[in-house]
Amino acid sequence: MRIRFRFSKLGKIRFTSQRDVARMWERALRRARLPLAYTEGFSPRPQLSFGLALPTGAESLAEYLDVALDPVRAVDDGVDVASLPGVLNALLPEGLDIEGAAVVERSKDSLQQMVSSCSWTMRLVGVTREDLGTRVAALLAADAVPIMRERKGREELDDLRPSVLALSVAGDVADDDADPTGRTVGLVAELSTQPRGVRPVELVRGLIAVSGGQSDRSFEGAATDGRTGSIPVLDRACRTQQWIERDGLRQEPLLGRVVPAGADRAMHAWERAS
Amino acid sequence: MESLWPQIEPLLAQVTKPARYIGGELGAQTVEHTAEAASWLLVYPDTYEVGLPNQGLQILYEILNERHDAVAERSYAPWVDMEAAMRAAGIPLFSVENHLAAGAFDVIAFNLSAELVYTNVLNLIDLAGVPVRAADRTAAHPVVMAGGHCVFNPEPLADFVDCFVLGDGEEVVSEINEVLVALRTGAGRAAPGGATGREDLLRTLSRVPGVYVPSCYDVDYDQATGRLAGITPRWADTPARIEKRTITDLGDWPYPRQQLVPLIEVVHDRLNVELFRGCTRGCRFCQAGMITRPVRERPADQVRTMVSAGLDRTGYDEVALTSLSSADYSGIEQTVTAIIDDPACSGQVSVSLPSLRVDAFTVGTAAQIQRVRRTGLTFAPEGGTWRMRQVINKLIREEDLYAAVDAAFSQGWKRVKLYFLIGLPTETDEDTLGIVALAKQCVAIGKRYHPSVTVTASVGGFVPKVQTPFQWFGQNTIEELTHKIHLLRDAARPVRGLTIRWHDPKATAAEGIVSRGDRRMGPVIEQVWRNGGTFQEWSEYFDLDLWTDALEANGMTLEDAVYRHRTEEEVLPWDHVSAGLHRDFLWQDWKDALAEHGLPDCRWTPCYDCGACTGYGVEHVVASAVPPAGGSQGTGQDLSSGGQVPVRFLSTAPSGADPAPGPGGSAVALVTEGRS
Repeated sequence: MRIRFRFSKLGKIRFTSQRDVARMWERALRRARLPLAYTEGFSPRPQLSFGLALPTGAESLAEYLDVALDPVRAVDDGVDVASLPGVLNALLPEGLDIEGAAVVERSKDSLQQMVSSCSWTMRLVGVTREDLGTRVAALLAADAVPIMRERKGREELDDLRPSVLALSVAGDVADDDADPTGRTVGLVAELSTQPRGVRPVELVRGLIAVSGGQSDRSFEGAATDGRTGSIPVLDRACRTQQWIERDGLRQEPLLGRVVPAGADRAMHAWERAS
Repeated sequence: MESLWPQIEPLLAQVTKPARYIGGELGAQTVEHTAEAASWLLVYPDTYEVGLPNQGLQILYEILNERHDAVAERSYAPWVDMEAAMRAAGIPLFSVENHLAAGAFDVIAFNLSAELVYTNVLNLIDLAGVPVRAADRTAAHPVVMAGGHCVFNPEPLADFVDCFVLGDGEEVVSEINEVLVALRTGAGRAAPGGATGREDLLRTLSRVPGVYVPSCYDVDYDQATGRLAGITPRWADTPARIEKRTITDLGDWPYPRQQLVPLIEVVHDRLNVELFRGCTRGCRFCQAGMITRPVRERPADQVRTMVSAGLDRTGYDEVALTSLSSADYSGIEQTVTAIIDDPACSGQVSVSLPSLRVDAFTVGTAAQIQRVRRTGLTFAPEGGTWRMRQVINKLIREEDLYAAVDAAFSQGWKRVKLYFLIGLPTETDEDTLGIVALAKQCVAIGKRYHPSVTVTASVGGFVPKVQTPFQWFGQNTIEELTHKIHLLRDAARPVRGLTIRWHDPKATAAEGIVSRGDRRMGPVIEQVWRNGGTFQEWSEYFDLDLWTDALEANGMTLEDAVYRHRTEEEVLPWDHVSAGLHRDFLWQDWKDALAEHGLPDCRWTPCYDCGACTGYGVEHVVASAVPPAGGSQGTGQDLSSGGQVPVRFLSTAPSGADPAPGPGGSAVALVTEGRS
């Protein structure tokens, strides 16, 4: 028996890593006394399967976790799936909130293999709306956007362009985020996860590269650039959706709600559809 | 007080492990500051991962926050990248709960568990925006305090710390808080008076038993020799000798009740329940065993309650039953059996005993309790030969070790780790090479069960510690330790399955510099810090040259500060602080060590009057009046087989009051001989 949870990761806890979140879940599941299935061997661990790793520092409205239960004990104890979000939310640290839980079929593919793209909202600083709009248009028009990416501990050149499925400057930035300098701009994106997931910082590196700026890592965290005075710096990133694409349709992994792929890659598509 | 979080948050995207700085642990207290409550910032002067699990800090954190007139928050040393970002942005040291500036607290209190963190202490005081030297502080600044094992020689930090607290903190922390509330907070803090107010406060604190205020003492040096002549109180109401605090019954203090569960992985990431405090095995190199006497066991039913409630609350799947020698706990077997048979643990909780005794019996217990996750077993024979182990009073026979290792390999373990010390008093090359001989035999035993067993001998350089019988011993030089490491390395090379790991002799030397220094070591520590020497416990930042340069600049040498044998007559910088042990007991034990005489564990043999019980009117709290079954360690008796016991004990209790002058001198000669 396998239960899939959808949860959010918001606020200070975004600074913890994917591994840390896994351990928080293990402790909460043990405290809830769920009849977990364990791995074999000298060091048995609960069988948990997370989806795509969320970069440390990014928030998310759409994280997923599959929990395997011991089939015999799950039947004996009886597991009330509907009550689990309430029970576990009280046991998880502040900032992790379960939004839904459902029994899922055991599949030969892991969540990580099934998810094909993710939707993101980002907040960039150090750049004006107009300038960001120019960069977005340039990136979308480009045939290739080579950036430096880290792979197995080595930096190598990789084309970002095929992974950018949709990209636009956000309609507005919330009032409380308003920056009097006019240099805080929202960005929405849908980024492919196959063959490799693109991280928000890598997208920003691409936006710098297309306008002739250096895609050097040293720009991250530096608010201004002496030459142009307009280098976008990633301030916040939030994964808003993970998608499984099948036969031209995008599916939300927990409830299977369907959104046509390609027709509208804009932000909040699922929220509008629901 | 205003939260610094809005300024801190933007820095976190640029630093490694940003969750070190966010707080939010399970068990973190909701702290609301009021004018009536004294505010404490409890600081562990190393990284979050190293400091968070510290049980002493967590105990005081809870006790203070349970009081209506106190609040406590925590802080840890920011890693070098974060410190640089903070200094660049003008952000001071902050608490992890409310992200308040350290300088706004009434007290900044450090836990000192290791000497090499001293430069971090200075750095954190500075990062808090507080003058590093105590003499430069005014009434507007927090009181800087320190506690923990290292304060039994407070002098190297005397220039920087306003007051030290000796011994168990459970009771005295409240007594200190009452003084602070009366003199410091609310109206008291706002009152005019400047430096005078601060001096009054410190003088009042100096009268709290267990509290040492260095500024209330004069230090005299012998003009002719330059040696320390004495440390004496400046005021009639200041105690000449500061005695440590001792709680009589651990059962009265079931803390931590709400052990912190961090969001990120830390060292010792598990539930910890303290079985007992103190140890009377009497290992002569072991400062912890000497300064925490007497033995006070926690009642077994309380241990069980703390374990089951703790696992339930935290969701941990591992519990460590901690103490200096956990297998010596009365009824250890029943206690661990009750835990693993608890249905709530559903067979998935592992129990660990961090300090295993070296005997087959203990391994049997370990096999039973580690049936869930079985990694490696660790034993600590400490010395390579029986002669060496008699000198250090770690009375493990070879047969005990081999039986323990045999039991471990036969019951499924494939990795065994052995801890040894080199640079011990009277050590010869034969003693050093005994380490390889023992380890080699352990590999041979293992090969009977598996073709691919590994034995790792982990070798540390011995640093003589204060308040122990070895406090007079001149530490081995870097060259001597390096020679011994080479001996071990060469002898171990042909032995398949044996790995030797060793501690950097340079770090051993640096630890020696700060361990036994007097107040003149303060400027040395300050210079190392000013030249960038923080995180000296971390090999990537440790730099011996910083230390030797600072010594030289202050007119000192390694030869005199570290390598020199102290004499019986010499005034030691820590003579005015007391862990309860009579000086003449320690001197007698030092002479016994050099004569290769053992000393039995006084839990089960008559008292030899070390002073720890009699001086404080307390006694051992031990549920069992007889030694644990199996093994000879420390008891000097072969309880399992009734076999011959080769231990030489003194026929009578040491006549500490009247030490003969002769053996002292020859003792030192003997040590020197041993080195050549």
